[in-house]
Amino acid sequence: MASEKASSGVAFKGTPEQKEQLLAVIAEKKDEPGALMPILQAAQGIYGYLPIEVQTIIAEEMDVPLEKVYGISTFYAQFSLYPKGENQISVCLGTACYVKGSGQVLERIEKELNIATGQCTGDGKFSLDACRCVGACGLAPVMIVNGDVYGRMTPDQVPGILAKYK
Amino acid sequence: MYRSHVLVCGGTGCSSSGSGAILEAFKKEIQAHGLEHEVAVVQTGCHGLCALGPIVVVYPESTFYSQVTLGDVPEIVSEHLLKGRIVDRLVYKEEEEDNSVKSFNDTDFAKKQHRVALRNCGVINPESIDEYIGTRGYEALGKVLTEMTPEQVIDIVLASGLRGRGGAGFPTGKKWQLARVLVQDGGPKYVCCNADEGDPGAFMDRSVLEGDPHVVLEAMTIAGYAIGANQGYIYVRAEYPIAVERLNIAIGQAREYGLLGKDIFGTGFDFDIELRLGAGAFVCGEETALMTSIEGKRGEPRPRPPFPAVSGLFQRPTILNNVETWANIPQIILNGPEWFAAMGTEKSKGTKVFALGGKIANTGLVEIPMGTTLREIVEDIGGGVPNGKKFKAAQTGGPSGGCIPAEHFDVQVDYEHLAELGSIVGSGGMIVMDEDNCMVDIAKFFLEFTVDESCGKCTPCRIGTKRMYEILDKITKGKGTLEDLDRLEALAKYIKDNALCGLGQTAPNPILSTLKFFRKEYEAHVVEKRCPAGVCKSLLQYRIDPDKCKGCTACARKCPVSCISGTVKQPHVIDQSKCIKCGTCMETCKFGAISKG
Repeated sequence: MASEKASSGVAFKGTPEQKEQLLAVIAEKKDEPGALMPILQAAQGIYGYLPIEVQTIIAEEMDVPLEKVYGISTFYAQFSLYPKGENQISVCLGTACYVKGSGQVLERIEKELNIATGQCTGDGKFSLDACRCVGACGLAPVMIVNGDVYGRMTPDQVPGILAKYK
Repeated sequence: MYRSHVLVCGGTGCSSSGSGAILEAFKKEIQAHGLEHEVAVVQTGCHGLCALGPIVVVYPESTFYSQVTLGDVPEIVSEHLLKGRIVDRLVYKEEEEDNSVKSFNDTDFAKKQHRVALRNCGVINPESIDEYIGTRGYEALGKVLTEMTPEQVIDIVLASGLRGRGGAGFPTGKKWQLARVLVQDGGPKYVCCNADEGDPGAFMDRSVLEGDPHVVLEAMTIAGYAIGANQGYIYVRAEYPIAVERLNIAIGQAREYGLLGKDIFGTGFDFDIELRLGAGAFVCGEETALMTSIEGKRGEPRPRPPFPAVSGLFQRPTILNNVETWANIPQIILNGPEWFAAMGTEKSKGTKVFALGGKIANTGLVEIPMGTTLREIVEDIGGGVPNGKKFKAAQTGGPSGGCIPAEHFDVQVDYEHLAELGSIVGSGGMIVMDEDNCMVDIAKFFLEFTVDESCGKCTPCRIGTKRMYEILDKITKGKGTLEDLDRLEALAKYIKDNALCGLGQTAPNPILSTLKFFRKEYEAHVVEKRCPAGVCKSLLQYRIDPDKCKGCTACARKCPVSCISGTVKQPHVIDQSKCIKCGTCMETCKFGAISKG
């Protein structure tokens, strides 16, 4: 995937505090049945993504093979193996948004930022993803920047919204 | 006691439109007028009319204010709440010239609805267990635990005729009965709630979780008693942060009140519920995949049999029901199975919630008795297709469903009738499309989705959906042949019969139903190399009408690839071999001389 190439060169910069938090989460959940998913979710919350270094810690602490952890982290769309941009943009491509033209909104953002969906801009300012239904179908088409929802989007509104985050 | 209640919608739609700030503003403004002991401000769940958010309803008048802004709040407080004068200009009106001030329940949108699963959404504060109890909440659980045997509970659910609202429509009571009787070894059993609402365009489960979370907890506890389980799991999408938060609050409150945990109602029955968050995999809405995911593994489905009633979560007997199914249970217990079975059609009982979206005036959630016609839903409740466009089709069931064309506009919406048309009720997504939507493009859109979401375990789905997508892509690019249509159909039928789980088995539905009802549109793409709806870019041509062109040169100056030529005051021409179909010329032309098709 293009996104993997675009950002895989970023070195892992985990801090001791983050590791301590992670170990605490593992200690707390380790013995619950099916704990691996909640632990991976918590780890992504702590680090922002799941670099192989973090997956290795989890595998060792949980005493499961790394390949099992990797199998899970690559199966689910929510887990990211690479860091995201400072500002995270996602455009809903759910059916309701799609039939109302969210594809054109996405295209316009790609053009404005000069990146493809799934990539991060060179300066690390923006990353762009397409997502499936966020459930705000009444506001279709919808784009989300850092959790702020912009509804009833038209391609022409894109530059103005991006400017707010530059 | 308060003399007035201000209900501010806190569903995802209205929150996205800024209802959180409106709620705070109301509190502040009411305090500023010293009304805080007379007027209560309540954050509620979804009212259903998401397109008109943020929504504010003031009781006792039931005045329905729509698209409220921060600037409107002081006026509503000083006029309506202080002086008792309704602010006319902010009240929702169905038509421009409509001067009547209607309460929410009198609107066309609300009138034909019958709210059972959504009865508390938009009415109570979902973060207060007391408000839930105030609307007969947990009464059904009390009745079940103190007056009924597990068999009696199952008999009531069976007699109600309730069928699974997640899509497949399996009789709920039957599912419970199997889980109770098939394995009786005294070992653990589990109750699961499927809140992994993956159909892009459906959001009824989210609304129930956000607007009435306790109903799910109560229903799951009832089921736990019925099948002999002491542990429940709710598997909810991580994309629904508000729902997750409210569920967590509700579980905490229920434990505090002794309605979850040990010895519920002093009857010796123990039951607790844990939340598990999904991580963005559509296949996890399939029951066996969901259970595999709760076990902390890759969410891949398992072959059935064994069915979950025998070997489900952690290889133990398990029932899994969808959020909306759960939301019906307490009322069936309280009002009796006859009450429920009196709604709907012969084989499809009760009501169903649909998420109306796409090209429709009133986007939002509607709950209607099964058997209501598509026309009533779209025209009477949904307000029809906007901008004077013609209704072309309604897509139901998302990536697993099909398109219902205009000639079947009067079909009764229930499990059987939709299946006859090659679609499904599904989880209740209903996307309306008008003449500007291309059906080949829609089929391709859904196939792109299933290709992306196929877990890869079985070959028909992993490779078959990809091949179908490639054929559709070829057709939308004008490179398809008539043989491709036959090949597509054959492949679709093969995958339907051979895929491992529901995802693969239903993935061909969007293709089969559009091929059935819109074959002409496919043929136009293939034979005439034309997209009648003007969506498929490769097949589009922009043309300048020489009679309308004034030769102003505006389009030629704006064209990014300089493919428009002509002299001033003479009709211009587009060089089709260079045109990139960006549409800039059409937007630029002031004389309407440029058309696409």
